[in-house]
Amino acid sequence: MSIDAAVEQAVAAAHRHEWATLLAATVRTTRNLDVAEECVQEAFAAALATWATTGIPEHPGAWLTTIARRRAIDAVRRDAALRPKLPLLVIAEEAGPDDAHDAGDGEGGDGVGDERLRLIFMSCHPALAPDARLALTLRLVCGVPTADVARALLVSETTMGARLTRAKRKIAIARIPVRAPSAAELPDRLSSVLGVLHLLFSLGYAAPSGDELHRVDLVDEAVRLARVLRELMPDEREVGGLLALLLAIDARRATRVGPDGTPLTLDRQDRTRWDQAMLREANELLEAGPRGAPPGRYVLQAAIASLHAAAPTFDETDWDQILRLYDAMVVVWPSPVVRLNRAVALSMTEGPAAALDEVDAVSSDGRLSSYHYLPAVRADLLRRLGRTAEADDADRLALSLASNEAERAFLSARLAGRPPA
Amino acid sequence: MPQYAVFLYAPADDDTEPEPAARDEHHRHAAELRDSGKMVAAFALEDPATATSIRSDGSITDGPFIEAKEVILGFYVLEAHDLDGALAVAGRNPIIRQGGGVEVRPVEGGEVRPSV
Repeated sequence: MSIDAAVEQAVAAAHRHEWATLLAATVRTTRNLDVAEECVQEAFAAALATWATTGIPEHPGAWLTTIARRRAIDAVRRDAALRPKLPLLVIAEEAGPDDAHDAGDGEGGDGVGDERLRLIFMSCHPALAPDARLALTLRLVCGVPTADVARALLVSETTMGARLTRAKRKIAIARIPVRAPSAAELPDRLSSVLGVLHLLFSLGYAAPSGDELHRVDLVDEAVRLARVLRELMPDEREVGGLLALLLAIDARRATRVGPDGTPLTLDRQDRTRWDQAMLREANELLEAGPRGAPPGRYVLQAAIASLHAAAPTFDETDWDQILRLYDAMVVVWPSPVVRLNRAVALSMTEGPAAALDEVDAVSSDGRLSSYHYLPAVRADLLRRLGRTAEADDADRLALSLASNEAERAFLSARLAGRPPA
Repeated sequence: MPQYAVFLYAPADDDTEPEPAARDEHHRHAAELRDSGKMVAAFALEDPATATSIRSDGSITDGPFIEAKEVILGFYVLEAHDLDGALAVAGRNPIIRQGGGVEVRPVEGGEVRPSV
């Protein structure tokens, strides 16, 4: 490998592993997100230019931190006169003992001592709009350039720039602190962080493959962040649950669409091509999870995904156990989508008639009236009951609601009486 | 110390007089805030039906400025170190358990004349 290629590779690796830590440390000096981002970017540019002649330092992170901090001190001095554009960020003191922080008072340090965590919790603060949380997490925590964040979240670069600016302005003016939550705040705040990571993953997973140039791999970013979170918060069972869930789903990546791009349902996927290492890791995470508290939605979802993976064939799936897990999930997460998925499991244990009653009950609630998956499930159940005409009507309704081309192709094929590819 | 304004909202269609128990809850909460030293000022407002608005063209109309499903019952200003601190205090307001809610807004500046 040429020296330039080696340097590029080292800089890219440092960017992947050190960005969040660097930015969080630099924000401590600048107390302004935009200025800190610039300083960190300059540090990476300096690395690219310098390492080719000086060699790659033994500790790239420490090298980058020194440069970024130097730039930050200069920037603060230089900007002192121009400064009060935005109020300075509120930053937690270096972490004290776990419970030194009076929950709710908002003063002092936080319970969890990693710089990255502070940045994650700030970016996912519930006082920010959900789309802003996603964007900030990609930009600030993963270090994805704004243009790529825009492309990944399917908006124009101008829109994304404005969204990020608005969010950063709110952080500064409303004084959303750069701080991990106290124990009392943690349940709500953690669920917001996990929700953002799950959404990142889902966006990436649902996106068509064969992607456009420069598209950020949201799936990989979500898995990587979930790993970081798990490493930093090993005692939080739902954090391990989320990572296990993402791995168990990602393990099926190679088999989820057929050769022509139509999605393959679980019964049609080639299970021998599921990634066994990822599935093993998911299982280990579930088994290693702290016991005691009842499992939350991510642990339960991961357990369901891992039961699917454990069955050598679709017919050998342990539907009784899966139904029990869905029963538990409806309690901790009473969403109509969960009830709909539970109905599918019910159809495998009690038969399609019982499941159809349940689907109709979910349907009468009205919240899923534009969700194509509901009539698609109904169509499947009706077909299994031999009610073909009604099944076709349901499939036609599903087709009118589905927007994803691959899913439309699947539904069209089923309507035409052809088995999907 | 930064200041935050907290606006109390309740559904507009609720014409019933608040229960004495509900009122007491608000009085107790106000006393608690006052004693904690976090409250800067607090105002309860009369019924929105008593409001009068002046429009941008100078015309005068009856009722609140914005017709909405919720109306402002009152507001207070509190001091907190950051948004989390403000949300923790505002989140204890009884209106939240009484079918209403609160909005928390950073205060840019202001002054209060001491009462005479």
